[in-house]
Amino acid sequence: MGLTNTSTGFLTARGGSGKRLSYTAILAGNPNVGKSSIFNALTGMKQHTGNWTGKTVASAVGHSEREDITFVDLPGMYSLRSHSAEEEAARDFIRGESADAVVVVCDALCLEGGLSLAIQITELTENVIVCVNFMDEAARREIDIDMSVIENALGVPAVGVSARSGEGISELCEIIRNRKSIPKKNRTVSVYPPSVEAELSELESAGYMRWDVTDAWLSGEMDDTEREAFDRCGGRSDGFSEMLTARPVIVAEGIACDAVKKIGTDSVPERFLAYTRRDRMIDRIITSRFWSVPIMLLMLAGIFWLTIVGSNYPSSLLQSGFDKIELLLYSALSFLSDTARELIVCGVFRTLFRVVAVMLPPMAIFFPLFTLMEDFGLLGRIAFNIDGALARSGACGKQALTMCMGLGCNAAGVVGCRIIDSPRERMIAMLTNNFMPCNGRFPILITMSAILCAGKMGLGALVMTAVIVFGVLATLGVSKLLSATLLRGTPSSFTLELPPYRRPQIGRVIVRSVFDRTLFVLGRAAAVAAPAGLVIWVLANVYIVDGTLLTYICAALDPVGRFIGLDGAVLCSFILGFPANEIVLPLTVMCYTASGSLGTGADIAGILAANGWTSLTVINMMIMTVFHFPCSTTVLTVKKESGSLGMTVLSMIIPTVIGFLLCTLTSALYRWL
Amino acid sequence: MHYAGGYTIYCPEVIYISYLSDLVPGESAFINKIENTDISRRLHELGFIGGTFVECVAKAPFKGPSAYLVRGSVIALRKDDARLINVQRAPYSSDCRQYQKWD
Repeated sequence: MGLTNTSTGFLTARGGSGKRLSYTAILAGNPNVGKSSIFNALTGMKQHTGNWTGKTVASAVGHSEREDITFVDLPGMYSLRSHSAEEEAARDFIRGESADAVVVVCDALCLEGGLSLAIQITELTENVIVCVNFMDEAARREIDIDMSVIENALGVPAVGVSARSGEGISELCEIIRNRKSIPKKNRTVSVYPPSVEAELSELESAGYMRWDVTDAWLSGEMDDTEREAFDRCGGRSDGFSEMLTARPVIVAEGIACDAVKKIGTDSVPERFLAYTRRDRMIDRIITSRFWSVPIMLLMLAGIFWLTIVGSNYPSSLLQSGFDKIELLLYSALSFLSDTARELIVCGVFRTLFRVVAVMLPPMAIFFPLFTLMEDFGLLGRIAFNIDGALARSGACGKQALTMCMGLGCNAAGVVGCRIIDSPRERMIAMLTNNFMPCNGRFPILITMSAILCAGKMGLGALVMTAVIVFGVLATLGVSKLLSATLLRGTPSSFTLELPPYRRPQIGRVIVRSVFDRTLFVLGRAAAVAAPAGLVIWVLANVYIVDGTLLTYICAALDPVGRFIGLDGAVLCSFILGFPANEIVLPLTVMCYTASGSLGTGADIAGILAANGWTSLTVINMMIMTVFHFPCSTTVLTVKKESGSLGMTVLSMIIPTVIGFLLCTLTSALYRWL
Repeated sequence: MHYAGGYTIYCPEVIYISYLSDLVPGESAFINKIENTDISRRLHELGFIGGTFVECVAKAPFKGPSAYLVRGSVIALRKDDARLINVQRAPYSSDCRQYQKWD
């Protein structure tokens, strides 16, 4: 859920005087077949993978030094017929001659899906390689796949791999390098009825690309030659276009039927290989009317509980460690003037340490847990369950997935909105993403709920879950409002594939979560916290008359703050916390203690109580944490993804206004009761 | 039973014709025909083709979509979209467990 390095530009640089160009291969295939796993295994680029369809939202380009091949990992697609800008771009890219091979990755347990895409791609380009992934899973279920059947049927090389173990990968690369020199083999399978095939062959020898012809026939925009061929083979008859779309699927099924065998015998295994009885049973429970909500809430509460409990001790350990480092730094920099030393150590570094100590432990626990859930396959089911409610709010079911991503990092959630096809629904998802508190805001919520529940751990997890549920309800409500006013339109059609449950690789998950996401998000926070620390130190230590700039700001904001049930210091902290939400709480403490720098750990509850905080203030703080403008990275991401300044401004205004309103409401209620 | 393009399917005794959205988890059917709309092409690609055997495996709460097992994958469709697909209920779902080859 951190921002991984994806590049949306396709291959550009292919030259350099004197240097031999390395090979290029395109990875295509249905969603969720493991293209990204293969990509990662070869390029080590840690493309974000997970067990739900729609994970890769932009194409990634990576290079494998060892194999000397540059890979392009395309987003998953069921068919080349364009539905979205991405599928169209993928098509154009596959068509180009620059790639040495197009590798169509298929799932061994669901071969026909991948093969029907392979058939389509062979109509577009010659250099195709069929790569069957999850061979280890197939072997586990005693399934064997005869590659020669596929090779003969389609006339292209076929190789079996297991991305998890790395088996077959080097063989695949070998074939990629030699692809262009493999002689063209005739396919034994004819996809379309004889009359259609005859017309297509004729047009092919006249120089047409098979794909372009069928595409023209389907869209109706044909030139004269194509039109004549169309009429000759019965194009005007009823069901012709259905036949054109359906035949690859049916033929693929036939090939799969021939290729898939039970190990050791010649018999055909049970039809629906991937989705087992066990998957069925689990799904019945998870999606049932009675159990779905309790199960989802329980999972959420469980993750929060583990995060809270697990991060308590490490956080304090880190903090004391950092305190010692701070002292060392202070003495090490004794050659500088006092002010400069204060600035650097107490301003910049202390802020940095604070962010890390507060942020790292919860993230190191939350991310792996969430990834485990993701890898297992539960996220698709969550989207499935919530789609009903989302559809009635005018949103897309996939918004549930972007919301989950937002729990990790809102900027990543906004980027993830690309999986939503309809621009209107994508906008709704982007604007409401901030209602899911990201990992940076967790510590604030955890601390506040701990204060509220006087330290009882179990209750704290429940409060957190309640907060998230509230955020979900707010998302539904605002989505409904937006689709009724600014972003009007009808709900688009929605299809979601529920992948079979796969055993997550626990070791891999932990390592990946730590390096890929935790460290990355941490790095971003640190990069932002350091300069912020500088600014804050200046504000807190530059005296004008007899108050610092900071106290002036707090005082100025105080009337507004008190009105909504908080105070000026809190508002000031939120504003100054715009770069990174992790520093909001330390900032508040700093304002209160009127110190020149962030306090070190210590008794937050005591400090807050001493400054007039009541239960109401704690509750309002939690509300404000969830409902305020997004952090700077997210805002910039919204601008980049939407391309509209108006929408970006809206993304800041909507949560803030709601936060203000809610706080005012609670304060009014409190005073009234 | 013949379909345009000249391919045939085997279809068992017909019980009655209804829509895909009428299926409850556990029920299965053969697809008869899909109404020609924008989404029909997408449905074809996902595997919802005339003659295909489909089984409903789950239904989401809150009047949500239903999940259908078709050609080895589980695809969730909203009720409005499933309503476009005409089906004939299959009396015995176990008949269709083996791969069937279309000519």
